[in-house]
Amino acid sequence: MERDYSAVRRPDDVYFFATCLVDLFCPEAGMDAIQLLEREGIRVHFPEDQTCCGQPAYTSGYADEARAVAKVQLGLFPNDWPVIVPSGSCGGMIRHHYPKLFAGDAALKAKADALSERVFELTEFFVKVLKVNWKGSGATKKVALHTSCSARREMGTHLHARELLGQLGNVELLNHSHESECCGFGGTFAVRQPDISAAMAGDKADALKETGAEQFLSADGGCLMNIDGTLAKRRDSFRGQHLASFLWHNTERQGEKA
Amino acid sequence: MSNNTTHTLQFVPGTEFKRRAAEVVANPFLRKSFRGAMDFLMMKRAAQFPDPELLERQRDLAEHIRRYSLSKLPQLLEQLEANLTRNGVTVHWAETPDEANAIILDICRRHDTKLMVKGKSMVSEEVELNHAMHAAGIDALESDMGEYIVQLADEKPSHIIMPAIHKTKQQIAELFAAKVPGVSYTEDVDALIQIGRDVLRKKFMEAEVGLSGVNFAVAETGTLCLVENEGNGRMCTTVPNVHIAITGIEKVVEKLEHVVPLYGLLTRSATGQAITTYFNVITGPRREGEKDGPKEMHLVLVDNGRTQAFADEQLRQTLQCIRCGACMNHCPVYTRIGGHAYGTTYPGPIGKIVSPHMMGLAATHVLPGASTLCGACGEVCPVKIPIPDLLIRLREEATHDAKPGHAPLVGQGAGKTAFASFAFKGFAFLYSRPALYRLFTWTATRFRFLTPAKQAGWTDTRTPLTPAAKSLRDLLAERQNRR
Repeated sequence: MERDYSAVRRPDDVYFFATCLVDLFCPEAGMDAIQLLEREGIRVHFPEDQTCCGQPAYTSGYADEARAVAKVQLGLFPNDWPVIVPSGSCGGMIRHHYPKLFAGDAALKAKADALSERVFELTEFFVKVLKVNWKGSGATKKVALHTSCSARREMGTHLHARELLGQLGNVELLNHSHESECCGFGGTFAVRQPDISAAMAGDKADALKETGAEQFLSADGGCLMNIDGTLAKRRDSFRGQHLASFLWHNTERQGEKA
Repeated sequence: MSNNTTHTLQFVPGTEFKRRAAEVVANPFLRKSFRGAMDFLMMKRAAQFPDPELLERQRDLAEHIRRYSLSKLPQLLEQLEANLTRNGVTVHWAETPDEANAIILDICRRHDTKLMVKGKSMVSEEVELNHAMHAAGIDALESDMGEYIVQLADEKPSHIIMPAIHKTKQQIAELFAAKVPGVSYTEDVDALIQIGRDVLRKKFMEAEVGLSGVNFAVAETGTLCLVENEGNGRMCTTVPNVHIAITGIEKVVEKLEHVVPLYGLLTRSATGQAITTYFNVITGPRREGEKDGPKEMHLVLVDNGRTQAFADEQLRQTLQCIRCGACMNHCPVYTRIGGHAYGTTYPGPIGKIVSPHMMGLAATHVLPGASTLCGACGEVCPVKIPIPDLLIRLREEATHDAKPGHAPLVGQGAGKTAFASFAFKGFAFLYSRPALYRLFTWTATRFRFLTPAKQAGWTDTRTPLTPAAKSLRDLLAERQNRR
């Protein structure tokens, strides 16, 4: 379902919801995402009390526990600014599942509905709201891209990452086989069914590598840790990077705030 | 030929699913063969739906028809029974597999038959009809080529549309040479099919009873529609003197015109065909003056847990299914492990949401959890069943007692473990207390050298998840101080 962006204006301020994975495991990606936003002249606010969107509990069938965690996040964004999430699946959780999670409480449901409307995945926000037009910097690069299933099916944002990379001019995006297929992370699935998960992660790592790209990119922390962790365990030199970091390090910095 | 399925796979403990899945995952030959087969089926389906907007409209319509039909299921079933009866068909109701088998056995005994030829029917697999017939001394012979192969091998179907998809032509050649009298080894596919056809042709003529499934039962006219490619369905439903159809109670639609959009999506989604070779529209047994058709006709309507799904508004969506199998063709988990690992009649995503109603959560609670929730199944489902949402719902039912005012599902809470309850309570405690969470990240980053090198399941094939030296909030605080 295509989201309607016609009523979304370019804001001066945004909230940044880092997600627990980015906060603890790949903070540099969060930092790079914030810097990219600031480079566009936007003030980025990081609510100190943010923790996790609650997705691990929600998808495991522990709705009460997910609600307890989600309720805290609902109170973090008092102003009517967009909330930017550097991860498709966490963005999808807030956008699509929060309203369901709070269906039994009118006041919280209203809050969840309102929040749902102004949550954007990072690349979606760059392309659809800020309508950026970036130029690549440095040498020509060949990359492969893994878009998370949530980004693809819940947020419809798999095309946005593609579009951003396409703008750069010096980046060649190589398509891998079974591109739309899941990498096998699935949150607690990776621990519950390690054999199946490992098979899927291995296949995805192979497919990305077989493109002949120098590295692969993903805008989703969970997928990134899964695929990159698999390659690291193999001691492969082909590795992954968060899309935000790649964009920060490979785009021209004109217009950067002093 | 004693080739009936004699083992039952009613109970599948979680450890068993894991073991079976691990076996297939570790078998490069099976992995490659499933991948190839699923790729082929996905490609065939995609070729039938070149226009995504048109497909969306078709799916919307199909979903609407299925939801509408289910919204008046009790009335439609009564109407179906009345019209079938008027057409000369005897309607039977079976709440359990045992009841269904007893009804069919009773009909067979009245006709004193030792042989039943069967068209493809997943509901007959679901009630383990062959097993029950065999126990009563009746040979129930599968006549769909895939089902025939699986039966010869004493196995179960590994896919609801392509039962023998796990077998190569070499394996089938060996099987035929070993099990079919007078046959020598050949890998020629046409020759193999001809061997099967020769065996079956004789049996169609010998059998007193023919059994078939039903794809759509039309209430308004009392009509049973049967979709097939091999003509064996037509043989089973026209040659023997008695035709018994068996199906689930959810298969009913109100009007004949409701069949058309569903049929168009069924065949395109299943095998990438715009239409099947045969489409049988059966409205009663042979009438006076007609030259063929059965003299007697029965329909067995099976519940087997369907009313449990029907009783709940969300779970009812499970019953929208028209059994095309597209969800399994597109499922990355099914593609890795094939159908047998599930241990259920219906494998793949649809199996994960329908089996708990048929077999209870005690036997099946692991299955809803064995999914990444990637959403590929829901995306291709022609009747738009929100499979990922239903998986989450069943995960909840499997790990919790029934909510007040809700009747418990069979096996409610069977997947509850003290460890998981404790872990998610801990998760909620930590992540709903921002100050505590900050303390946690502070500690986790400072003491990252204490991160365990072995992390259950994860580190077998991946490097350990290790916190960064500084969390994002630390980095932001440092930046703030520098300014």
